[in-house]
Amino acid sequence: MGRFKVLKSLVVDSLDTITKGSIKYHIWMGVLTLVMLIGMYCYSIQLEEGLSVTGMTDRVSWGLYISNFTFLVGVAAAAVMLVMPTYVLKDVDFKQAVLIGEGLAVAALIMCLAFVVADMGGPSVLWHMIPGIGVFNFPNSMLTWDVIVLNGYLFINISIPFYILFRHYQGKEAKKSVYVPGAVLSVFWAVGIHLVTAFLYQGLQARPFWNNALLGPRFLASAFAAGPALIILVLAIIRSFSAFNIPDKTIKKIAMIVTVAAQINLIMLISELFKEFYAPTHHSESAYYLFFGLHGKNALLPWIWTAIPLNVIATIILTFNRFRNNLKVLYVCCFMLFVAIWIEKGFGLIVPGFIPGPYGKIVEYLPTGIEIGVTLGIWALGAFVFTILAKTAIGIELGELRYKKKETIEDRH
Amino acid sequence: MDRRTAFKKLTASLLIGAGAISTSCSTLASDDAKEKAQIDWEEQFKGNYKLMSDEEKQDTINRLMRSYELRTGKTISMTAENPAEDVLFGYAFNISKCQGYMDCVSACVKENNQDRNSEMQYIRIHEMKDGEGFKFDKADDNYYHEVPVEGHFYMGTQCFHCDNPPCVEVCPVQATWKEDDGLVVVDYDWCVGCRYCMAACPYDGRRFNWSKPEVPESEVNKNQHYLGNRMRKKGVMEKCTFCVQRSRKGKNPACVEACPTGARIFGNLLDPNSTIRWVLENKKVFRLKEDLGTDPKFWYFMD
Ligand code: SF4
Ligand code: SF4
Repeated sequence: MGRFKVLKSLVVDSLDTITKGSIKYHIWMGVLTLVMLIGMYCYSIQLEEGLSVTGMTDRVSWGLYISNFTFLVGVAAAAVMLVMPTYVLKDVDFKQAVLIGEGLAVAALIMCLAFVVADMGGPSVLWHMIPGIGVFNFPNSMLTWDVIVLNGYLFINISIPFYILFRHYQGKEAKKSVYVPGAVLSVFWAVGIHLVTAFLYQGLQARPFWNNALLGPRFLASAFAAGPALIILVLAIIRSFSAFNIPDKTIKKIAMIVTVAAQINLIMLISELFKEFYAPTHHSESAYYLFFGLHGKNALLPWIWTAIPLNVIATIILTFNRFRNNLKVLYVCCFMLFVAIWIEKGFGLIVPGFIPGPYGKIVEYLPTGIEIGVTLGIWALGAFVFTILAKTAIGIELGELRYKKKETIEDRH
Repeated sequence: MDRRTAFKKLTASLLIGAGAISTSCSTLASDDAKEKAQIDWEEQFKGNYKLMSDEEKQDTINRLMRSYELRTGKTISMTAENPAEDVLFGYAFNISKCQGYMDCVSACVKENNQDRNSEMQYIRIHEMKDGEGFKFDKADDNYYHEVPVEGHFYMGTQCFHCDNPPCVEVCPVQATWKEDDGLVVVDYDWCVGCRYCMAACPYDGRRFNWSKPEVPESEVNKNQHYLGNRMRKKGVMEKCTFCVQRSRKGKNPACVEACPTGARIFGNLLDPNSTIRWVLENKKVFRLKEDLGTDPKFWYFMD
């Protein structure tokens, strides 16, 4: 009963925290709400008319939604790069970053699930996918694996930080024996979610562009670059907007992770390109289409030729200690990497898999306004969820939110 | 099954909610409306066809027929005929005979009640240049000129009813599967519309309902099979079923019947006296993309 009371007070307190803040905070949340509403409106049109309001066709049957889904699984998986050193190797520098990272993972996973639902032709029968009441095609279908690992990871990433914050909220230390096993598990799990998501594509013999043994490892490498890059950017923002103390040292350590992952990613990119272009077979056509266009069709060229230079330049700059340790340069590089990998792992991966089609037909894909609206709405949802989580967590960590210490908070506002 | 019943009861109040309650309580609501609500309700929460008993199959087709009657005032006949013993369907396509007339395509569209708005077609006819072999990337599969064109040959593709179908493997909810007579079918009401099967098919065999399919009432083929040409809704996958509504009654699929040149051969692979067996035994046959190991039950041959 006592626990329940604490929980109730935590909910009340966090509601209190997230509804109060500076003008900037309110504007931020207001804008996100507006974008979410627009997204919902677009989605309602899609529900009414069917997926025909998107740019997808029988020939390119996955588009923006699945692209974003794929990318965000990587972002979610990246939180683990911080969990491992902090909880397991007892490297305290990361401690602050971890809570933020896990919050980010939760937000990313919620976005992933939202993107999958948005992509479904029949959302009203989605209960067919719930094990027990539906019919699960396990273990044959990689999609069922993905459902399991994503939800499992979501559960882990909610429960560990919740446990820690719940203890801190009551002014108690979190017990290592409780959260360390969970943290270790989440490390393996994070690799799992991303590999399984890669296998979703990798296992299709019908699509040579994906049916490639490097796909899984490259997914991981790019995720471990893009995810922590986003975490650095978020930490930078939190640092300037709250009293939460994040030392330079932490950011620099994460930057190291980003750098190594980006370098490995680049090596794999070169290996992939070598295979496709040194001795091209007709299986290389998708790559040709992506990088150079095929038969005069070249919708993806501007995208990929934005991504590649961004990726290469950012990686090179990050490689030099002097540049990496300059926080301004670091932030710019992280942003470049994030954008580059978003393009590469999204558009640059999903769309060319369908082009050319099984019989060589080239039909291009361009998302429609409705699709973009829904996508932005889901990103806004993610940002909204993250802001709420981060604000509560920071409140607790800073000691502003404490059980039975409400009076002091009231005084401050 | 138990859990499903429990789930049904649990969500009953939530989902149908205000709508159904007001219809069933209102004295103004006609019996028809009540019945329709009841049918919709049971349809929404029925199980996967693959796992239904024959009785349950009968129940659902009765509901679907009644629902059509309530909606349009017309009757249709729908069956849930199971595969016959010792039957395995196969198909062969004579490349030297096909002239690209596309009669098969229009017969297929009519027979299978495909969406007229999006002009959905299960069959594609590829026009290829003589002497170049199969250059699919250079072939035209969407021509409007007079056929046959000098110096060209024609070949059709559709779902090949693979013996080892990757599309079935990947479906997360088992909404598509291979029947005992070799037909690869889709339970339209069970499909969640993820389109994973479409990505997995190496033969461009599947079609998706991006919007609500529409067929003018007068053109609806009322002779239907649950797994075949019954009316679909938006957001579900469909495909060629070798006209399950015809083939299980011992008839040829509509494309075979419509082909003016006799380029299409269909039959039971297990029957040693069938034409398809004769073709496989006496002609040089080949299949597309055999290296993928999907074992299509669809062969090409030349005279
Ligand atoms: S041709 Fe495609 S849709 Fe048909 S059974 Fe084979 S893989 Fe499935
Ligand atoms: S689209 Fe339907 S049939 Fe195809 S994999 Fe998804 S649920 Fe299964």
